Amino acid sequence: MSTNTSQAQGEDVPSRAELAARIDELETELAAATEDDSNPKMSIIATKGTLDMAYPPLILASTAAAFGYEVTVFHTFWGLDILHEERSKNLQLSSVGNPNMPVPNAVAALPGMDRVTTKMMEKKIDDNDTATIKELIDTSLDMGVEFQACQMTIDLMDYDEDDFYDGVTTGVGAATAIQDMADADIQLLI
Amino acid sequence: MTQYEVTETLDVKGENCPMPVVKTKQNIDQLAEGEILEVLATDPGSMSDLGGWADTTDGVELVDQQEGDDVYTHYVRKTE
Repeated sequence: MSTNTSQAQGEDVPSRAELAARIDELETELAAATEDDSNPKMSIIATKGTLDMAYPPLILASTAAAFGYEVTVFHTFWGLDILHEERSKNLQLSSVGNPNMPVPNAVAALPGMDRVTTKMMEKKIDDNDTATIKELIDTSLDMGVEFQACQMTIDLMDYDEDDFYDGVTTGVGAATAIQDMADADIQLLI
Repeated sequence: MTQYEVTETLDVKGENCPMPVVKTKQNIDQLAEGEILEVLATDPGSMSDLGGWADTTDGVELVDQQEGDDVYTHYVRKTE
């Protein structure tokens, strides 16, 4: 059984030359699409401002930057305190609500106990040579991580744009975060 | 123990996650293609972390890792 190719070349059937041209066109488009050699992206939303919860976004952001990721960290609500130059030096560890703490909640709720557990944690961080929050922020900025401070919460908390570390982006909102997340290969809410 | 022709040595002894990886990246960026960075670390996690980092990151290659008494030595080559 043989196929009669001349019969197949009706009026609405593309010619061999047309098909070849179309293939060339598609190959060019495919090359352009796959050639995209821009860096992978990571988007983190940092919502917590306790000492323990300040670490994960900063450690992941700086590490991802080392992997070649373009990283944005959008700080909102208490997460803003991580970027606040003064407040970031006094991030607290809550002594209540954490059953892993060595003190029962009834004791942990006493005035001043947060201060005690925070001091304990700070001492452990120091003894273990774990990087400080300031060190991680400086390193991340140095590696090109973009820290964004949510404008709505800046206003809500009555902070000033000058309160944040140099290099922090202000004047951004949820739409910016969504845009970053949509473009990102990794998205995290912390 | 194999000897490598090392261009620069990075000492991150005493430092913990994420600093060994982050500082390795910062230092390797300063090297030229083909040059080797020697990284001295005391963080046991650096064995896995630096390996994973080098595997996933373009332009670097983990040449070797050696486990000493207290020090983990890593050799990373810049490939592009």
